[in-house]
Amino acid sequence: MSKRIDVGDLNVYYGSFLAVEGVSMAIEPRSVTAFIGPSGCGKSTFIRTLNRMHEVIPGARVQGKVLLDGEDLYGPNVDPVTVRRQVGMVFQRPNPFPTMSIRDNVLAGMKLNSTRLSRNDAKDIVERSLRGANLWNEVKDRLDKPGSGLSGGQQQRLCIARAIAVQPDVLLMDEPCSALDPISTLAIEDLIGELKKNYTIVIVTHNMQQAARVSDRTAFFNIAGTGKPGKLIEMDDTTKIFTNPTVKATEDYVSGRFG
Amino acid sequence: MSVATKPAPPAGASSLAQNQLPRYTTQLVLVLSIAAGAGLSALFGGFSIVSFAVLSVLAFLVVNTVLSGVVEGRRKAKDKLVTGLVYTAFGIALVPLVSVIWSVVDNGMARFSIDFLTTSMRNVTGLNDQQALEGTAPFIGGAYHAILGTFLITGLATVISVPIGLLTSVYLVEYGRGRLAKAITFFVDVMTGIPSIVAGLFAAALFAVLFGVGTRNGFAGAVALSVLMIPVVVRSSEEMLRIVPNELREAAYALGVPKWRTIVRVVIPTAISGIASGVTLAIARVVGETAPLIVTAGFTSSINNNPFSDWMMSLPAYVYSQAMRPLSGSSPQPSFDRAWAAALTLILIVMLLNLVARLIARLFAPKTGR
Repeated sequence: MSKRIDVGDLNVYYGSFLAVEGVSMAIEPRSVTAFIGPSGCGKSTFIRTLNRMHEVIPGARVQGKVLLDGEDLYGPNVDPVTVRRQVGMVFQRPNPFPTMSIRDNVLAGMKLNSTRLSRNDAKDIVERSLRGANLWNEVKDRLDKPGSGLSGGQQQRLCIARAIAVQPDVLLMDEPCSALDPISTLAIEDLIGELKKNYTIVIVTHNMQQAARVSDRTAFFNIAGTGKPGKLIEMDDTTKIFTNPTVKATEDYVSGRFG
Repeated sequence: MSVATKPAPPAGASSLAQNQLPRYTTQLVLVLSIAAGAGLSALFGGFSIVSFAVLSVLAFLVVNTVLSGVVEGRRKAKDKLVTGLVYTAFGIALVPLVSVIWSVVDNGMARFSIDFLTTSMRNVTGLNDQQALEGTAPFIGGAYHAILGTFLITGLATVISVPIGLLTSVYLVEYGRGRLAKAITFFVDVMTGIPSIVAGLFAAALFAVLFGVGTRNGFAGAVALSVLMIPVVVRSSEEMLRIVPNELREAAYALGVPKWRTIVRVVIPTAISGIASGVTLAIARVVGETAPLIVTAGFTSSINNNPFSDWMMSLPAYVYSQAMRPLSGSSPQPSFDRAWAAALTLILIVMLLNLVARLIARLFAPKTGR
């Protein structure tokens, strides 16, 4: 259930503004790929094109190809809803549904789509997903309480549980730890290590130590200046990017000499 | 006025300390000013409540400010002056509110009873009122038909307005882009300002065209009221839908939920408490409309259960007819009493609706318990 992603010469636009230019990359299944780079360089914009969340913003569009196991996400007659069922996403800020209990939040992917679930199946999915997100022991006695009553770190793990409950092929994470404390961050990094056994994981992060800790491959994005499009500078094994990058800009960025 | 001041701190005690009036000074000055106001008012041309209030407030503001200025300094004096002015303004704002409620309750209680709420005006004539005044017969005649009419007409207006208003606001927030959305917003704003009599004439004209001149029934009244209600519902629901965080929509999209399901299952439930209380307040806003109902639903003294045929009474029209056209020209008091009692009923209904709005808002609010 883990799929590979191939991106071919992708341009991303907001209206007429070219935000990301000419990205080509291959993302291996059952691995963690990290995107690093300065703010505004288009990492988040790019990751949102991988499950067609980009086009939710009015005027946003994409040129190029994104292949999920060889099938083009942007091909004619492709329904973005179907794409998003296979490519899940976790956002920067934890966003559990405030009207739902913890249990319903985990089941949101099915409940919102009115998928019929037997009571036992629902119970299994809730337990499996919450265990998968390392949250089961903390919330098993209060599954009927609202999800918004949890701490920030717990809410973020609840969102991860919600994303893996629908068993996607790919899990995109847009700075999942940026709103969390170091302990919760550690919990989520451990979780990413677990999840990569089953999922293709793409993570955007501003924290280079985090990228070094969790990822197998790292992509460095950069921007030439304000108003210029962001570009993929270099992509390689994480150890190579952090120890012996090919491009000077990458070395400057990872060693803190940027700007 | 013997207001003790603290002795100035000895030099070098603290550079942060300064003279302060004791905390009870303001209350003391207030009591003394009220006494002085009463005295002055009696002295100048006899006691009257207005001159008493004005003189007391003036005395309080002047004395309190000057005293504070002398002892505590300019900044504190300004603070006390402005605080005093704010409280005065608050008091003035309360005057009409309290006096309206007072006069309605005071005059309305005379005839307000279970009997009044459960009987209509059918076969009640000026003769009954005269006999009642003479003490030879009991007071009869109530507002049941008007209460029923008000509930039926406002209920129908709600049934018409809420779907249209809610769907319009969903369009504006979730789908509307460009000129069409701007035009709708503009016309909704214009509709908010339509005088209610214009809405009434519109509905009357519409029904005249469709069903013949002079057609008046409860449904026509409901249409007139929904013209007034729709913009209020659109506006309040739009506000509520807009404050639903975009992150929740994105969270639902990322789970592979189609847009329409996201709106129905995530966005509206999150905003429902605000929408429901907005709708209730919109109902409270139109329930007392008089002019549009007079030209569309008309008057009657009998109970009419069917809003689709025949004239239908409503509470505001009832108040109007009892006050302006008493049953008995020579002894109008019973009619006036009925008008006041109906006004009291209307105020109670509005109050109840506001309470319901609060209850709904609390009931549906997203839970945050731990």
